[in-house]
Amino acid sequence: MDIPYTSTPREDTGLYNAKLGIWLFLASEVMLFGALFSSYILLRVGSDWWPEPQSILNIPIGTFNTAVLIVSSVTVVMAWASLKMNRLNKFMMFQGITILCALTFLGIKSFEYQEKWKHYEVWTVDGQNYTGHIEVGDKHNPYFYNHNKLAAEGVEEITFTIDPVKAGSLAGEEDIGVANADHHDHESIVIKTSNIKRLSAFVPAHSTYFALYFTLTGLHGLHVLGGVVVMVYLWLTAGTWFKTKPEQFTNRIEVSGLFWHFVDLVWIFLFPVLYLM
Amino acid sequence: MQATTSAHTHGAHAEHHDEHHDQGFLRTYVFSTDHKVIGIQYGVTALAFLFFGFCLVGLMRWQLAYPAQPVPVLGKVLESLLGDVAAGGVISSGLYNSFGAMHGTIMVFLAIVPLAFAAFGNYVVPLQIGAPDMTFPRINMFSYQCYFVGGVIMVASFFIPGGAAQAGWTSYSPLATTIPTDGQTYWLLGMVLLITSSLLGSVNFIATIIQLRAPGMTWMRLPWFVWTQFVTAFILLLAFPPLEAAGIMQLADKVLGSSFFLPTGLMSSGGGDLADVSGGGSPLLWQHLFWFLGHPEVYVLILPAMGIVAEVIANNTRKPLWGYRSLVYSVLAVGFISFIVWAHHMYLTGMGTKISTFFQTTTMIISIPSVIILTCLFISLWGGSIRFNTPMLFALAFLPMFGIGGLTGLPLGFNFSDLLLHDTYYVIAHFHYVVAPGTIFALFAGVYFWYPKVTGRMMNETLGKIHFWLSIIFMNLTFMPMFKQGIAGMNRRMYDGGATYLGVTDISSGMDIGTPQAMIDLNVNISHAAWALGLAQLPFIFNFFWSIGFGKKVENDNPWQATTLDWQTPTPPPHGNFVTPPIVTRGPYEYSVPGAKADFIPQNAPESV
Repeated sequence: MDIPYTSTPREDTGLYNAKLGIWLFLASEVMLFGALFSSYILLRVGSDWWPEPQSILNIPIGTFNTAVLIVSSVTVVMAWASLKMNRLNKFMMFQGITILCALTFLGIKSFEYQEKWKHYEVWTVDGQNYTGHIEVGDKHNPYFYNHNKLAAEGVEEITFTIDPVKAGSLAGEEDIGVANADHHDHESIVIKTSNIKRLSAFVPAHSTYFALYFTLTGLHGLHVLGGVVVMVYLWLTAGTWFKTKPEQFTNRIEVSGLFWHFVDLVWIFLFPVLYLM
Repeated sequence: MQATTSAHTHGAHAEHHDEHHDQGFLRTYVFSTDHKVIGIQYGVTALAFLFFGFCLVGLMRWQLAYPAQPVPVLGKVLESLLGDVAAGGVISSGLYNSFGAMHGTIMVFLAIVPLAFAAFGNYVVPLQIGAPDMTFPRINMFSYQCYFVGGVIMVASFFIPGGAAQAGWTSYSPLATTIPTDGQTYWLLGMVLLITSSLLGSVNFIATIIQLRAPGMTWMRLPWFVWTQFVTAFILLLAFPPLEAAGIMQLADKVLGSSFFLPTGLMSSGGGDLADVSGGGSPLLWQHLFWFLGHPEVYVLILPAMGIVAEVIANNTRKPLWGYRSLVYSVLAVGFISFIVWAHHMYLTGMGTKISTFFQTTTMIISIPSVIILTCLFISLWGGSIRFNTPMLFALAFLPMFGIGGLTGLPLGFNFSDLLLHDTYYVIAHFHYVVAPGTIFALFAGVYFWYPKVTGRMMNETLGKIHFWLSIIFMNLTFMPMFKQGIAGMNRRMYDGGATYLGVTDISSGMDIGTPQAMIDLNVNISHAAWALGLAQLPFIFNFFWSIGFGKKVENDNPWQATTLDWQTPTPPPHGNFVTPPIVTRGPYEYSVPGAKADFIPQNAPESV
């Protein structure tokens, strides 16, 4: 028993099965990310506080990552086109570049993540509010501290290195001149635990903004990871597969390419929404 | 036609049979990629969950009828299984809430949808369109595995400290997030798996129906059951992802301490302190995302059931369905409109009167195609020489029962009357009439109808009729009084059956505005009817298993003398389904064609018949 149309298109639909399948799957993905983007709009419209992303995210790195994904978007098509032209070597190169881009993206993203996890904001009982890095005892720049953890460990005080003041930053309560914006003094202060109302790293619990940031980029990152696994598998099995069933293999590359384009497209929306707006 | 299908089975398919046996027990029955085996796996698992979900409500009905009294016999079992939450055999309030939440979750996501969509769809749809299997057999297997693991996680959550989720099947935040047990986390993990399973299944169904129709099987020759499954698959494909998104966000609220659905100024339980969260979230957002799935889900429950009823009615009236095209366009219309009615569940949230008005209007509009469907099915009976066998009895009962469920929904769809009825037993009665004597009766009809194709034996008719008559009597005795309770103002989700509101007086006038004692007394009657309904299922359970080995053997491959392709296969259909690839020559319901030799002409009969 063979299932028809696994690699040749059905006449009246013009599609082979997997191509229809991936388009349907992408439709559901649109609804998944659509719901998250809608939630973003609703939560942001209803919020009483929203950060200016340039003060807490690394824009140049985000821009570079966007460029990396756009390059991969081009090479993933080149890879498929090379197969169509029956050039396996070229395919191997372009698919390799695509995978390399994807891994670069993930590498940079994890660097960004762990930067956030040791970057803190503190709200004190006497009404002050700073962002910066902390030292707890002999731990320099620890991850994932919060006021509950300080209390649980019986810590008496922390050293808080305040971020250099930038225009429009979180800490900018007093009106700061442009001249001050670039001065790089890292002021360190000691804060007693008893004076800390709330301490949070830049994690989902910090604020609705970071909750959305990590959920959206995390879910997108999982999609990138899934794409990498599939593309690596196809890359490694290309030699024998393409020689025995060239049509089926080319279709697989087309389908994985469609998915990859979708993953890129989501990022094209995520980048301005989370980094620039 | 029947003779040819059987005669060739062994000859032409001997090789396939051998190949099949070589795969061994595990590959054939557990990790099978055959749509029929997967369909049976879904069916049996879902029926087991249906029974389990009913047992939960059976226990809840004890608490409602006899509050705070130990459950006889089973109380001891509960205490030994679950510990303190059932101390002394009494169902505690927390356990009652768990049972309520899990009854809803299990019935909707683990019983009815898998049975109506996945089980019947998997088994019947490829057969009816003349396909050898689903387009993606391995994804099909994976989809069942996700469902199974999701179900295991849901059941396992009863045994963790604090027990299963307690915030209702709707899991409204902030309640769901702030209950300090882990039940909700398990619920969300289970749901993510169940949603994944549904998504994979729906992609597979749509691709199969579009790509694998046999030659000649044009869209307007599809049996209407296939159309209902097609629309259902689209609803699942597009409505479930927002709930998956919402589930991920609630999981983040629960595990990572974020505040997607937790507003600023939320009080933590006890002490009156502010909850230790960042705030800034929106409880309303959860409700929007939940009901964006939740309402289309209602049509996921009902459309396949209507499809089954249509097949059974056409077959047993020996007449074509009345208004086939109207049925097709109506089911498409229902599918589209089902996406823009969700907020009629939210009139009391304060989302605004303009939004309420919009959703009230769309809700009234969707009743039009629904009524067209029901009317077509009713008119199909007119002038038919009806065979009153067990599947037909259940299908016939579906029509008025679903009618009651549907019509009592109108006062809930209107903003002004919903303000009174919202969250009362009236709502419970309404949706149970749609799903229990509605959908579940249709599913019973389907089980009795397709049983001979799956097993090669008929289910016992006498036991079937006993099952039917007892079920329909006790269904109504269970749910009809709830309309009365609801109109009298009795709230749902009351741990003590509403006794809290006995003798409540209005402060300004001094009038008694509490729940009348007579309404609370009805709880006892309802509970007795519900348990009797449970006992009424014993003939079915016995019949289901007994008939596998001892039922009357079918005399040929088409015992109901049906026209659709599922009956033009060997019994049970082998791997690959058809002896020769079918070529479709005519529409799905060519019964009693004037001048024809028999009163039915199969879809793949040669042109000249």
